[in-house]
Amino acid sequence: MKRSSVNQKTLPSTTASTKEKTTISGRPVRLFYTPNDLPENLYQEKLSDPGEFPYTRGIHRTMYRGRLWTVRQFSGYGSAKETNRRFHFLLEQGQSGLSVAFDLPTLMGIDSDHPLAEGEVGKCGVAVDSLLDMERLFEEIDLQKVTTSMTINAPAAVLLAMYLVVAEKQKADFKQLGGTLQNDILKEYIAQKEWIYPPHPSMRLVIDTIEFCTHHLPRYNPISISGYHIREAGSTAGQELAFTLRNGIEYVEWCLKRGLDVDSFAPRLSFFFNAHNDFFEEIAKFRAARRLWAHIMRDRFNARNERSWKCRFHTQTAGCSLTAQQPLNNVIRTTIQALAGVLGGTNSLHTNAFDEALALPTERSARIALRTQQIIANESGVINTVDPLAGSYFVEALTNELEAECHKYFDRIDAMGGMVEAIEKGFPQREIQDAAYRYQKAVEEGEKVIVGVNTCQADEDEPIELLQIGEEVRERQRSELEGLRSRRDNHEVGKTLAALRETAKSSHNLMPSIIAAVRAYATLGEICSTLEEVFGRYEEPAL
Amino acid sequence: MSNKKIRVLIAKPGLDGHDRGAKVVARALRDAGMEVIYSGLRQSPEQIVQAAIQEDVDAIGLSILSGAHMHLFSRVIELLEQNKATDILIFGGGIIPDEDIPELKRMGVAQIFQPGAHTADIINFLNQHFAVPRESVRST
Repeated sequence: MKRSSVNQKTLPSTTASTKEKTTISGRPVRLFYTPNDLPENLYQEKLSDPGEFPYTRGIHRTMYRGRLWTVRQFSGYGSAKETNRRFHFLLEQGQSGLSVAFDLPTLMGIDSDHPLAEGEVGKCGVAVDSLLDMERLFEEIDLQKVTTSMTINAPAAVLLAMYLVVAEKQKADFKQLGGTLQNDILKEYIAQKEWIYPPHPSMRLVIDTIEFCTHHLPRYNPISISGYHIREAGSTAGQELAFTLRNGIEYVEWCLKRGLDVDSFAPRLSFFFNAHNDFFEEIAKFRAARRLWAHIMRDRFNARNERSWKCRFHTQTAGCSLTAQQPLNNVIRTTIQALAGVLGGTNSLHTNAFDEALALPTERSARIALRTQQIIANESGVINTVDPLAGSYFVEALTNELEAECHKYFDRIDAMGGMVEAIEKGFPQREIQDAAYRYQKAVEEGEKVIVGVNTCQADEDEPIELLQIGEEVRERQRSELEGLRSRRDNHEVGKTLAALRETAKSSHNLMPSIIAAVRAYATLGEICSTLEEVFGRYEEPAL
Repeated sequence: MSNKKIRVLIAKPGLDGHDRGAKVVARALRDAGMEVIYSGLRQSPEQIVQAAIQEDVDAIGLSILSGAHMHLFSRVIELLEQNKATDILIFGGGIIPDEDIPELKRMGVAQIFQPGAHTADIINFLNQHFAVPRESVRST
């Protein structure tokens, strides 16, 4: 399709200083800010030194001087073998941790030979049907040395079980295993919409994994409470922050109801935010996140361990900000966003590749994305001092505003009876939908400007090379599954699945039964459908 | 233009849950005076075609971001042919690369709206497409 425009507009000239300006989230911004915009005792009450409560300035005193953020590029496509090759490539290029993208059938808990998987196998990530694929995915990667983040939600417990059985085969010590399971089902109902079961049994699965990890994997993050997808679905910065932290509150409440001591699991809760284009608002969001979470854990839940108060988070630059038009411009957008993440004190970072509005990244675009982080880390000098924007009248005022906005949302959701109830009422979903529509209107009316889209258009884009994933992955996965089903001990598979069904009906932790089924090479689809027999399937209410 | 409103089914086939675009488009078409039915997530091509016929729509807009567009568009078109419902206009949007568009058009997809498209473009496209036949219907 030809992307052309009649009027080759240039950037709008500097508008009069009196014209109202807003952030990308629609928050009014004044011409300048002064000390009058901040409370008098700002430093004592709201900031403190880095590493001190409420951690507005960072969870560590030394921040990036002590340890750089983890450079963690999300990747996965095709078969486990292909993705394993990409992992080795990224590690050789200086990446410090792995992050697995699974394909849609895996995310939905179905096998590659399921009719609904047609056309989707290996497209958005790597296809994992059974332990066999997981073994190939981590071939010659020492799980005790490399930490891995797995972006998986509805079937997260099953993928964790597969990961643990691979670790077991590598003779790794569970106590040494690091890494992160996304495992955040609430934001699936709110934004990303990859659910299987209804909210209550899904929450039970999440709490089962947290409980299991608390007892057996002390260095592993069993959940990554994610605002990223909420923002991608079109929320504002304030909504992203509010709904994510309120989801965090919900998980803590459910863990407490399970009988867990708050300080036994809270230090391993981790978060995941989006870094969008509006530079200062994003930095303020990250700072507000830490302050809010510290108060929630100390004051609402009476956590005593300082580690429970610290909001550790991963950041990914905003996929939804990438344009299909003039795709190389996305390198610049990603750089600005990544810089906001770093100035906001992120603990881990993923930078998107410039071609991701069009396809999954090629090796070339993935390398540039990685280099973006390395240039910020090594050349810009921004890592030398902690929280360099502290004390900026503007940034501090924004941080305070975002904090206040979150409290308003918390009150509304508390009044509904909690986040599960709010989701069942469609509340966060509607708030996000309205914000997405407002933003689209603002773009179409030229109120919000996107270079290459509603200004500075080019007649013709330079063609770029795109990663193509063929249908042969599905064929290969199908024949692998066929082979597996005839080779494995099917009596043992049946026995473990029957035991899993019984555990699902009881109130016992599901992890041991899931691990047993995985060990017997039961497939992901078999395990998930066994649970579905007991739990049922979620239907979204009409909104 | 006749008074009869354009009826559109906005459908979300495939396994992905990215419904931001589909919902924005549905709302924009509704605001532009069209009657819009949104299918909800993860509809099979069979369900989509059945809904389109039952609801007697003029057009189906498919939103696909997972990379499965070649398979899903061709399946929907095949089913429309089987059901003798090829008068229903097919358009779509999502993460669909330039290279795939000629093939999709050959299959019978009337238009693809890529990332960055305005809802006004989609509204104009539908209004223009349906303007002529509607005039003639009224005059007979």
